[in-house]
Amino acid sequence: MAETESALKIAVLVKHVPDAQFDRHLSGDNNTTDRSESILSELDEYALEAALQLIEARGGEAAGHRVTAVTMGPAGAVNAVKKALQIGAHDGVHLSDEALAGSDASGTSKALAAVVRHLGDVDLVLTGMASTDGETSLVPAQLAEMLGLPQVTFASSLELQQEDGGWRLTARRESDHVAETVESALPAVVSVTDQINEPRYPNFKGIMAAKKKTITTLSLADIGLDASEVGLAGAWTRVNDAQPRPPRSQGVIITDEGDAGIRLVDFLAEQKLL
Amino acid sequence: MATVLVYLDNPGASLHKTDRELLTLAGTLGEPSVALIGELDSAVAAELGAYGVQTVFQPSDSGLADLLVAGKAAFLAAAAEAANAGALLLGNTFEAKEIAARAGVRLESGVITDAVAIAPDFTVTKSVFAGSYTVNAVVTTGRPIITVKSNSIEVADPTEAGTPEVREIDVPAPTAAARITGRSEKTASGRPSLDEARIVVAGGRGVDGDFSPVEDLADALGGAVGASRAATDAGWIDHSAQIGQTGKTVSPQLYVSAGISGAIQQKAGMQTAKVIVAVNKDPDAPVFEIADFGVVGDLATVLPQATEEIRKRKG
Repeated sequence: MAETESALKIAVLVKHVPDAQFDRHLSGDNNTTDRSESILSELDEYALEAALQLIEARGGEAAGHRVTAVTMGPAGAVNAVKKALQIGAHDGVHLSDEALAGSDASGTSKALAAVVRHLGDVDLVLTGMASTDGETSLVPAQLAEMLGLPQVTFASSLELQQEDGGWRLTARRESDHVAETVESALPAVVSVTDQINEPRYPNFKGIMAAKKKTITTLSLADIGLDASEVGLAGAWTRVNDAQPRPPRSQGVIITDEGDAGIRLVDFLAEQKLL
Repeated sequence: MATVLVYLDNPGASLHKTDRELLTLAGTLGEPSVALIGELDSAVAAELGAYGVQTVFQPSDSGLADLLVAGKAAFLAAAAEAANAGALLLGNTFEAKEIAARAGVRLESGVITDAVAIAPDFTVTKSVFAGSYTVNAVVTTGRPIITVKSNSIEVADPTEAGTPEVREIDVPAPTAAARITGRSEKTASGRPSLDEARIVVAGGRGVDGDFSPVEDLADALGGAVGASRAATDAGWIDHSAQIGQTGKTVSPQLYVSAGISGAIQQKAGMQTAKVIVAVNKDPDAPVFEIADFGVVGDLATVLPQATEEIRKRKG
């Protein structure tokens, strides 16, 4: 079957985000995200794993299939791509330009859409369900709209079939009340949940192999975008001010001596929560 | 006054609490109109009229609802133009955020998610980084498109009597869209949904496979059941119950955390709750740092005792 299938080109969007294990900060006059102490967004690992599984089921790189890890951001952001290459992506792209600083969801989507167009012939753009910093979940949908592509978000399973010379995907999505089966032609933008798979860890072989893989650095000029379209200048939203939330103070802590359930209800009654 | 267009999906036979919150908010910001993709029930129409809704926009082609997000976004953008809306309000579900996102591109308008308040000048208050900052943000380009968290707005009693005008608008179905080909409803639990619940009782690793004490307390309080990632990963409860950074974010009046240590990812999902109650065997569990009332004890005895006491007091 493999010889009759056309080669798949998958772009996985990865993001370098502040490590959520630590306190995270906004910085500077424009209240942008402080990206020191950053890592590959955990939720992007599921997208990368999904991409690798899709191509491995079809003969992998040897059959001409390719997974490209794409990121945008300052110099440090390339670490997200490096990690993706260690895990198994075949090559990487880093969109790096000072003018990108402070991009909101629309600017980020605009820039990533231009990178995807620049790559050419991408069959599938895979992303995580959200970034673990902005947490808005806006980018996959905006990217799809900008590229004029179908989107399938929050996929908890993903299958591809070759049909009439093109690829067709079937995905499953679940919400509180309903489980859906969704179908789409490729190319498409797909985001996956943390239920879709168990991401692999980079092993020694992967880490060594990654050193030989190519990371292409692109500027805005390379992808045909003007600085005014992205970053703070091109943002459609602005954060006017940010206040650290006053820390929650610890309340009453009791140790159960047989009546804690009743004392808990007394507390709820005091708070008029019954 | 500007028209504030509220997106409603498919309320069925009566409005949901979140719908009423959006309509209340729209009424404080301008003249409310509604973009409704589903059927308009006559009782819903009357209720919309009572909230002062002038016009209900509906798509002339009902097939849009089978297209994943793209069709709904195309409709919302068309309705915003037909209404000459000054701003758009949506709920804060994952789907509503995506509809807002795509409509934002179509309307070249900024989108702000997770709003907890909107000032008359459309400055949005929201929290970021899991509640560690409160920010004020504005849309600088286009019509503000804002998704609003549940339980942020006190629902006003509808006062006006009136019947909204229904306007059908033609929306060409986007060709590049995924299609929903199968749908199975999950069994309704009879409990409020996590998104809308005023009270949430959540269980974690400490429930050790048995969610019944958590469910019983939730039912006694009329609340929803939530879970930590450890509990959903263990398969003790459906994944859709997951609260936290990779699950749902809730801001209820009361959050009861049972057998959850309260690692930062869990806190991310609930630390904007008004009152937090925690029950955990481990006195060093981080959740106690943010609890208004904490019990160091075994949830398997503390929760049933509380449930029984609530039932007794409620008679």
